[in-house]
Amino acid sequence: MEAYLDNSATTCLCSSAKERMVEAINKYYGNPSSLHSVGTAAQRQLDAARVAVAKSLSCEAEEIVFTGSGTLANNAAVFGAAHALRRRGNRIVTTCVEHPSVSECMAQLEKEGFEVIYLKVDKCGRISKSELMQAVNSKTILVSLMYVNNEVGSIMPVETARLAVKKAGAPALIHCDAVQAYGKMLIKPSRLGVDLMSASAHKINGPKGVGFLYVRKGVRLMPYICGGNQEGKIYSGTQPMPAILGLYGAVEELPDLTAQLEKTTALRDYLVQEARKINGIVINSGDEALPYIVNLSAVGHPSQTMLNYLSDSGVYVSGGSACSKGHRSKVLTAMGIEPERIDSALRISLSRFTTREEIDMFLCALENGVNTLRKKK
Amino acid sequence: MKEVILIKNGELALKGLNRRTFEDIMIKNMRRKLSDLGTFTFTPAQSTIKVEGEDGADLEEAVDRLSRVFGIAGFSRALKLDKDFDLVLEQTGKYLEEQLLCASTFKVCAKRSDKKFPYDSPKICLLLGERLLDEYPHLTVDVRNPELTVTVEVRDNDIFVHANQLKGAGGMPVGSAGRAALMVSGGIDSPVAGWMMAKRGIELTAIHFASPPYTSERAEQKVHDLLGKVARYAGRIELSVVPFTEFQEAIRDKCPEDLFTIIMRRMMVLCAQRIASHTGCGALITGESLGQVASQTLGAIACTDEAATMPVFRPLIGMDKDEIISISRKIDTFEISILPFEDCCTVFTPRHPRTRPKLPDVIEAESRLDVDALVERAVAGTRKIIIN
Repeated sequence: MEAYLDNSATTCLCSSAKERMVEAINKYYGNPSSLHSVGTAAQRQLDAARVAVAKSLSCEAEEIVFTGSGTLANNAAVFGAAHALRRRGNRIVTTCVEHPSVSECMAQLEKEGFEVIYLKVDKCGRISKSELMQAVNSKTILVSLMYVNNEVGSIMPVETARLAVKKAGAPALIHCDAVQAYGKMLIKPSRLGVDLMSASAHKINGPKGVGFLYVRKGVRLMPYICGGNQEGKIYSGTQPMPAILGLYGAVEELPDLTAQLEKTTALRDYLVQEARKINGIVINSGDEALPYIVNLSAVGHPSQTMLNYLSDSGVYVSGGSACSKGHRSKVLTAMGIEPERIDSALRISLSRFTTREEIDMFLCALENGVNTLRKKK
Repeated sequence: MKEVILIKNGELALKGLNRRTFEDIMIKNMRRKLSDLGTFTFTPAQSTIKVEGEDGADLEEAVDRLSRVFGIAGFSRALKLDKDFDLVLEQTGKYLEEQLLCASTFKVCAKRSDKKFPYDSPKICLLLGERLLDEYPHLTVDVRNPELTVTVEVRDNDIFVHANQLKGAGGMPVGSAGRAALMVSGGIDSPVAGWMMAKRGIELTAIHFASPPYTSERAEQKVHDLLGKVARYAGRIELSVVPFTEFQEAIRDKCPEDLFTIIMRRMMVLCAQRIASHTGCGALITGESLGQVASQTLGAIACTDEAATMPVFRPLIGMDKDEIISISRKIDTFEISILPFEDCCTVFTPRHPRTRPKLPDVIEAESRLDVDALVERAVAGTRKIIIN
């Protein structure tokens, strides 16, 4: 038996996704922009996929732009918004714990002359509402906040951004990186008050190679990729039908999110409670975090060593996040966690398929690891 | 906190004895719009209809959908309270937090229809105003031109608190003015024309002419999508797709080129009329606007109209293109309308259409066609599609 507990890195394909992808490969090879019947058949499938995604967010189909990944959706949103509004102001507000697909864009925008404000986080990995309110001024053109942090699962007060922008009278667009939140918690962009929201298929049991950006009706972005004006001119390029229909299948198969969240919370609570009993284990995630992500440290055991040990026992987790391998976690550092705890951090990430047996297997392997491995002096 | 939606009906309030009939149609329309969101109850009282959802109903979505129901002049999301003034004082600040934080000036407005309520209107304004100033010290009172008006309505059974009423779609409830058939090509104008008539209470059906292979599947899909947008306001629309290739080929072969468009439009009217009367329609609707193109000059419209026996409504007749476009953007049809697929109106267009056609010439040219048989075949080949 194996325990795959690295679902925030990626997930396995669910069966609806597989079915739709096979169908796409066999039947819908047409270019959806072609005017003949083969093209029209592909276009219909593309429309159906868009409607399904839109329904999952209670938004309109035209508000969904398919992109090549979550990273590309974030890039399209951040650059697209900043460049579209650069005449209206110069300030961008974000957090210091964003995923690199946002933070690296910010670094680039700083080089272009934008002033980027990085909000700090508390020991649970959350930004403060009042600091957010203060950071947004009348010259702010973009507020970009992740919904759920990818390393510790903290949930950001994204809904406050709308209030902050209104209060400051700012021309800002609000972007939310919801890659770790979509398909795990109920999200309604219009209620959340965001203009742009990114998500990815392969975090919700869909395929790699596709993500999407929600673009609220009426919002204009500078096109991020130029070409044949597909996807509302924001993301040109012939749509990858197998990937998009895979996303369609994954969205169709999403469970009742409220009930699933309760189940996952129960599993997480069990995991945390049992892990705490093991000598030297400290939990880094806050109690209020999204239960799909648990960050903990086996103090004294370097992440990589423990990860290797667990992997040999058939338990797969990651150290920090899969995207920042080899570097000391920026997120945990920003949370003010001591270096030895950061160096031994592990991220256990659950999916809706995670079972209690897998959690037990992890706990058992972790305990064995702590008992057998030599501590680093 | 129990939240409700308060609907103010516009023109309906001015109706006399049959006001109740109009109100019933509007409630039926609202009920249908919200049917998949859970159970809602609709209670009319004075010129307001109270819409209450069961616990957990999606009020936000409901408000969004109701904003597209004709007959509603304005509406507000309101906090419903028991008739205890202390509750108003306690809960108003919290309920309106976001709006109060974003405003800098405000006033309180009280409407007391239950005259037995121990606090009179000035007193309500004074006490609630003071309380809100305490809770939100950044606010100042401005009774003449406030950014935010907090309204307290004391009714017979409940108290409602709300701020800044939203504008409704206006007009008359769809279905209250009978039924008419919209002739829709896929351009910018016809969906706007349909929307305008629906706004005056017309229930829409639609007629589209397709000329494969000169027009494509995509052109028809475009019409479905356009009507889908109109249906968000007008409710369910039955679309008839009329095969028109044979007709157009016959006109091209037998009639003078410069009269092609005008004859085609007369033939469309003949077919449309037949279908319209079968579906219980009392009029045709077109998106014609005077002088926009050669077939929409006074002379050309006179020729087209001569073929009609039922009234033809042309709500855009006096509007400029940019005015029409601004409505099409508002109702979200513009982006679909400008997709570049050839439709039946652009097939075989003459190089120099006649702008001042003479009716006798037109009728003479038409006599070369076997009109009755062509109409018969076109109508018989019609497909029906329901657009929701």
